[in-house]
Formats: sequence, C-alpha cells, structure tokens
Amino acid sequence: MHASLRRVYWWLIAPAVLLMLVFYIYPLIQVLWISVTDPVPGLGNYSELIDRALIHRIWMTTIRVCVITTAITVVAGYIVAYTMAQVGERQRTWMMFCVLLTFWLSVLIRAFAWVMLLRTQGLINTGLQELGLIDQPLRLVRNEFGVIVGMVHFMLPLAVLPIYSNMTGIQERLVSAARGLGASPWVAFKDVYLPLSKPGLISATILVFVFSLGFFITPALLGGGKVVMISEYIQVSFEETLRWGQATMLASTLLFSVFLSLALVARFVDLKKVFGAR
Amino acid sequence: MPEGSTGARSGHALSLRNLSKVYGSLAAVDGVDLDVPRGSFLTLLGPSGSGKTTILMSIAGFVEPSGGSILLDDTDITRFPPDKRNFGMVFQGYALFPHMTVADNIWFPLKVRGVSKADASAKIKNALELVQMGHLAERYPSQLSGGQQQRVALARAIVFEPDLLLLDEPLSALDKKLRADLQWELKSLHQRLGTTFIYVTHDQEEALSMSDTIIILRDGKIEQQGVPGELYEKPATRFVADFLGKSNFLEGTVGEVKDGAFTYVCGGQPLVQAGAAKHTKMSGQVLIALRPEKIALTTERPAATNAVSGQITAFNYYGSAYHFQVKTEALGDLIATTPAWTCAIEPSIGNTIWLGWEPDASVVVRDR
Ligand SMILES: Nc1ncnc2c1ncn2[C@@H]1O[C@H](COP(=O)(O)OP(=O)(O)OP(=O)(O)O)[C@@H](O)[C@H]1O
Ligand SMILES: [Mg+2]
Repeated sequence: MHASLRRVYWWLIAPAVLLMLVFYIYPLIQVLWISVTDPVPGLGNYSELIDRALIHRIWMTTIRVCVITTAITVVAGYIVAYTMAQVGERQRTWMMFCVLLTFWLSVLIRAFAWVMLLRTQGLINTGLQELGLIDQPLRLVRNEFGVIVGMVHFMLPLAVLPIYSNMTGIQERLVSAARGLGASPWVAFKDVYLPLSKPGLISATILVFVFSLGFFITPALLGGGKVVMISEYIQVSFEETLRWGQATMLASTLLFSVFLSLALVARFVDLKKVFGAR
Repeated sequence: MPEGSTGARSGHALSLRNLSKVYGSLAAVDGVDLDVPRGSFLTLLGPSGSGKTTILMSIAGFVEPSGGSILLDDTDITRFPPDKRNFGMVFQGYALFPHMTVADNIWFPLKVRGVSKADASAKIKNALELVQMGHLAERYPSQLSGGQQQRVALARAIVFEPDLLLLDEPLSALDKKLRADLQWELKSLHQRLGTTFIYVTHDQEEALSMSDTIIILRDGKIEQQGVPGELYEKPATRFVADFLGKSNFLEGTVGEVKDGAFTYVCGGQPLVQAGAAKHTKMSGQVLIALRPEKIALTTERPAATNAVSGQITAFNYYGSAYHFQVKTEALGDLIATTPAWTCAIEPSIGNTIWLGWEPDASVVVRDR
C-alpha cells in the first residue's frame, strides 16, 4: 500500500478513535482509579475478593451460570448451524430468519416472556398439571434454571452465526472423500468435519462466554433476586448501597476476567485466525 | 503392499448393467453397459457434461443410480454405502484433509480400518515412496504444490490396497509438462500394483496414451469403446473421429463398387475409398473421415490414388510438426500435418501444393 494512501485511511478512522478515547477509555480509567481510591487509597477494595464470603459466592454463581450457559449454547448452536449447512436453500433462508428474529426483540421483552412461561401459574406448569404429569408446579424460575434458559435463548444467535459462517467454508467433498476411504458417517464427521469446524466453535465459545460474564437484565429478571450475578451486584453497589469503591472494583475484576479468559484461549489457538483477522 | 505383487493380476472386475441416472428431465447416464476386466486400465472419455463423473460417482457410491446395477466380481454392490466398497478414489481437486499432515492423510484410510499409526508406518512410508513424496511426509497440504498434492491424493487412494482405483480427472489442474510426467508415473504404478483403474478425463491424448480400453461417452450413452489404436484408426461415427484426434470430413456420392473398394464423388472430384460402402444413405451419400497426418504434401502432383491441389491459407509451426490449412477447389478447406524436419513443401501462405492419400488412409463413418 502507498504510504500517502495509508495516511488517508488513518484520517478516516481518526474520529472513531477520538470518540473511543473520550467516551470509553477515559471513563474506564476513572473506574479503575475509583476502585483504588474510594473510600481510602489502597487495595482495600480488592482484598474483599479474598475476604468476603458473599463476593465469593457471587463470583462462583457467575462462573457456574456462564460455563453452563456457554456449554449448552455452543452445543445447541452447533446443531442448528450444522442443520442449516445441510438443508436446501429455502429452508436455510427460513432458519436464518428465525435465528435472527430473536435478535430483533428487546432483551426485556424476552426475559418477561420467559417469566410468563416458566412461573408457577405459567403455561408450562399449568400445561403439565392439566396433562397430569405433575402434581405440584415445578420451580422453573427465580433460580439458576430459569436464568440459564433465558441466557441460552439470548445467546443462541451469537453461537449460530460464527459456527455457520465457518461451516460454509468447509468443502462437502472432504466428507465424501473420507467416506470413500472407508470412514462411517460418524467417523467422517468426527475426524474430518468436526476438526474443520473448530475455529467456528472456538469463536462461538469465546463470544458467548464473554457476553454471559457481563449479562445483566436476563439474570436479574429470571433470577428474581435469588440468583445474583456479578453485574447485578455491581448495580446494587452503585445505586443502592452506594459503595462505589466496591462497585468499580468488581467492574474492573470483570474486565480483567474477560481479558484473562481471552489470554487463556489464545495460548491454545490463534485468535487472529479464529476471528478472521488473518 | 504394492512391490512384489508385480504381474500378479490381483485386481477385481467391475460390470455396469444398464446403469442410468436421471436428474429431473435430464438423463445424465442413460443405460450404460460396461465390463471392466481384472487389472485393466479403463478410461471414460467424453466432452463436458457427458456423464463421466456421474458414472464414476455411482461406482464409488456417492450417486444413487436411478436404474440398473453395479457388480464387483458378480457381487451386486449397487446399494452399498461408499465406505463399504473398499475403492480408492482420487477426486477432481484431490480433496486432501487440510487439518492433517501428508502422513496423517495417508494414514486415514488405514486408521478407519483400525490400524494404529505405528503399525501403519511401513505402509505409509511405502506409499509415499511409490509417489516420490517420502521427504514431505510432515508437511500440510496447503504447503504443497499442485503436483505434490496430486501425488499425496494418489498415495492415500492406494495405501489400503483397494479393490478398484477410481480417478476423476486427476491431472487436469496441472501444467502440460508435469501432466506428461505424471502420466508415465500413473501408468507404471498401474503396472506395478495390478489394481483395476477406472480413469475419467476429457483430454483425448491422455486417454490414448494411458488406457487399455477407452469408453467414449456422449450425452450419457456409450458412443464407442475399444483399445486406443482401434478407436483412433477406426472411429465408427463423425463424433468419435472428431473428438479423438482431428479429422477432415468428406461427403460424397457412391459410384462404382469393386475389389473391396469403391469410388465416390466429392465436389465433382472422383476419389477412391477402401472397404465396403457401409452407412450409405438412400441418396447414395457417404461420409469419409481423413486424418490430417495421413495426407502427404508435395509440390508436384503425387502418384497417390487420391490427389487434389490447393492453396495454403494458414499454417502453424510446432517445432516437431507443421499444421496447414489448405483451400481446395473440390473438397473445400482441409487440414494436413507433417513432421517439420521432413516437410517437402515451402511453408508460405498462398503457395499452391498437392495433397495425396491412399484409399486405405481414410475410413467410412456414420454421420452422427
Ligand atoms: N447433482 C446434479 N443435479 C442435476 N444435474 C446434474 C447433477 N450432477 C450432474 N448433473 C448433470 O448431469 C450431466 C452429467 O454431468 P457429469 O458431472 O457426469 O459430467 P462430466 O462428464 O463429468 O463433465 P465434466 O467433464 O464437465 O466434469 C450434466 O449435464 C450435469 O449438468
Ligand atoms: Mg466431471
């Protein structure tokens, strides 16, 4: 590329860079600053990570919910994407439409819809009771089950899209070649198709996990105060208990854990390749 | 493994019985009957869309025939899934597994048959050496040239000693020189292995130089089959004469028939053709195919039975040969070729020359 041309490109993105610096990086630095100065300067806020059982518990809940959500979402997303890659053009268009449809509904509406479905007098419980399958209503909401259902539902397109786009790049002929060389359908899938779809799986896993870590509305509504995750607790500290030092400490820790999980993954895979930057 | 089995014709025989494949209203394969003898090298040759790949894919089990059957040594395998057929296959474009090294690609067919890599190592090494790729075993396919990928695909297809080797235009992506080298190698590999080869190509020279038998396909049907020399020398139809090599076509009216030959008149010019006046139409019209290299070019009127004169309208020099386009009064435009170093005429446009050939140089063909 010409040096002068490159300079033009830099000027073109300059407003975006400036915007990021002013409205994103600067507040972020402030958050970090508050976390080590409020109420007194020092690492006092961070020692709560080790000392306070409540924060331990919240972190454990967060990680458990995120891991389970990620696992279910990625497996389900893989199945949906695989089906999409196999069916005809018409069905594929419809499936893509349905996957994207959930994107267009607000998170709030979706969370409330799930509450309606899952609550004690909700459709699922009354339906099962009328069918005589259960005597007592099941506890489907205001617990981790409800939170995970809502989160998986929200995250599904996030898993389907990267996996599907990776799958479109896999040559069907390779699977045929494996079959021709003596592999059963299952072995051809396991030894050829699955390894070739690994980049899609990894980017879906990262995407879903990182998103779930900071998830707020869905856990807050479907958890009904019983399943408190980090982001909900940050909000409580900021707005109700007014402990800004603690809130910013937790926010910073959340940010670090995102970086940490990316760094961990990067040890095993080439992230640039996974996200298509190379 | 391969070496040692020289000459031992361990190959299997394959037969197609009235095989057909219909896509919507199009018969891609239309009632093909075919017998592939043990250990032979059979080539399916035909223009694009003539059904070559469809036939090969039916044999491999990737295309389900609409009718007919496929027999391997009298066992009906028409409904067998591909992995139960034990055929080696080299796909158009090779289809190497990009996430495996060369060695692992070749191990794959053995692995799915339950052979550990340690036990397979001797076979992998053997197969790699057979295609002269021993030094690149640890590379990934993306790090190989086209010719090298082709060799790996070949090694992978033969390492498990398949009953049959199916090859779909394996050399089409390579440049001319490399293709010629690999043609020799494939042929000698076939001789060493003794495996039955079924080869698909639309390159007529490749088919002529490598095959024991050539099947010429047209619109999903067999147009003609035979050994290469027979097909080239005695094409049955205009299509075959035109597709396999080049030909001049002379259309004339049959005159006198005598002594195993007949005369015909083409554009007012009387000519003599050996053999019977077969395929003659009601009107007495007959079609004669004359190969360009069977025409002798001279400056003076030749002693040949058939002789016409004309002007050179164009010529090409190929190092080893000259190709001429000659405009004649009676027969229209003709093409003629001659070895360059014995060329008896002055190659220049507008030059008047004589073309001569004997009655047995040309053949009568059906007009279809
Ligand atoms: N899956 C399919 N669906 C519909 N038509 C098909 C399909 N596969 C092949 N055909 C048609 O069948 C005919 C034969 O195709 P085939 O691939 O066997 O030709 P080919 O002789 O291998 O040609 P080429 O030299 O171009 O590879 C073609 O007209 C093709 O369009
Ligand atoms: Mg083809």
